[in-house]
Amino acid sequence: MALSKDEVLAGLAEIVSEETDIDTAEVTLEKSFTDDLDIDSLSMMTIVTLAEEKFDVRIPDEKVKDLVTVGDAVDFIAAA
Amino acid sequence: MNVVVTGLGTTSPLGGDVASTWEAALAGRSGVRTLENDWAEKYGVPVTFAGQLVVQPSEVLSRPETKRMDPSAQMAIVAAREAWADAGFGEDGVDPDRLGSIVSSGIGGVWTMLNAWDTVRDRGAARVLPLTVPMLMPNSPTAYVSLEFKARAGSHSPVSACASGAEAIGMGFEMIQSGRADVVICGGTEAAIHPLPISSFAAMQALSKRNDDPQGASRPYDVSRDGFVMGEGSGVLILESEEHAKARGARVYANVLGVGMTADAHHIAAPEPNGAGQTKAMQLSLERAGLTTADVAHVNAHATSTPVGDMIEARGIRTLLGSHADQVLLSATKSMTGHLLGGAGALESVFTVKALETRQAPPTINVTEPDPELQVDLVRDTPRALPAGQIAAINNSFGFGGHNVALVFGA
Repeated sequence: MALSKDEVLAGLAEIVSEETDIDTAEVTLEKSFTDDLDIDSLSMMTIVTLAEEKFDVRIPDEKVKDLVTVGDAVDFIAAA
Repeated sequence: MNVVVTGLGTTSPLGGDVASTWEAALAGRSGVRTLENDWAEKYGVPVTFAGQLVVQPSEVLSRPETKRMDPSAQMAIVAAREAWADAGFGEDGVDPDRLGSIVSSGIGGVWTMLNAWDTVRDRGAARVLPLTVPMLMPNSPTAYVSLEFKARAGSHSPVSACASGAEAIGMGFEMIQSGRADVVICGGTEAAIHPLPISSFAAMQALSKRNDDPQGASRPYDVSRDGFVMGEGSGVLILESEEHAKARGARVYANVLGVGMTADAHHIAAPEPNGAGQTKAMQLSLERAGLTTADVAHVNAHATSTPVGDMIEARGIRTLLGSHADQVLLSATKSMTGHLLGGAGALESVFTVKALETRQAPPTINVTEPDPELQVDLVRDTPRALPAGQIAAINNSFGFGGHNVALVFGA
């Protein structure tokens, strides 16, 4: 079941918002997880773990460092 | 060096803060009620009630805070924030290098640990969240308190079962006396109303099984007491050197005058039958405080409502105080709150300090027929007035493992 990028973004924004209290509207494609959303590495791993379950995808640990922006993560999940 | 109490905080089965908790305690209300879950039917859990929080941490904390902290740490943060605000630290707060945190839990992050195991077993190891270890570790509450208030002089979490909260306060007192800190945020917390701890305590025959009368189940010193009642929550005190408190013009509730700590070295769970270690802890606390038994006007007893434990402590109090015990008002507040385990000594220290401040000893409820051996002046049903002038009060806490802690407060 392939999801559209909009659907992935909406789902990912919900996860990020639950973890950080950042409004879902603030979670946009160009935002950097660390620089813009102030997400530390453990929170990032939490978001990855929750996203894997929500979207039924596998995000390898070594891939996580490449997911700099929200858009990077959306692209990866949508293509998986 | 004199140590004073300048801030109090709690979230408890009687209220979400000190004011509501103390008001309920003076009114003799029970915080014990039937659990709303299916543990009895599903797992055969034999006890279906507990002293449960009035205000859930999720009602006052942010969503991420409730996700990142085990309930035990959430409760500690709620109590610590109240105590910190109550102590009236201004914008500058306290020099981080002179601020310590000592917040204990007897059981630790049991909800986190067991939920994570459910995840491993049912959904696989890949689904375990990365914050699981920082949430389940028993030092998590003190670590979060240290983080929040920038306490850099040291952060500790002595673990001694049901004496943990009192031990934390005793260590806070010693931390200031030894010169390591000017201010210590200290107390205890527990969030163990989970089917596993309940089943385990029940297996020891330690819990009351009055499922049909939850509010009447915790009845310390009553002839028909049949075990303790699990409770949850946290108590936090701000301890401060008198010099530091005076310099900033802080309101002082009471002095911490002494602590006595002993170990029974007798049995892993049963108290030593003569109460020698318990009595010794009380005696040491008074010696350290430079007091005599005649100075004691009030005791907040450990008194958990177990058939054996209550009377060992009561006999010890009589032995130590002698005939002066007739002039000492004894309160067993677990009759209302249930037993907060690692949080108990801290919540009861809050009660002891409030008793000194307001000159009212809180009631012990549910005592319809006192144990005939009881030779102490038990405050029953309604509060009783404590004398004016300088008085001292003892708060006892004892834990499985033979840990005995007596704290002495004065005002």
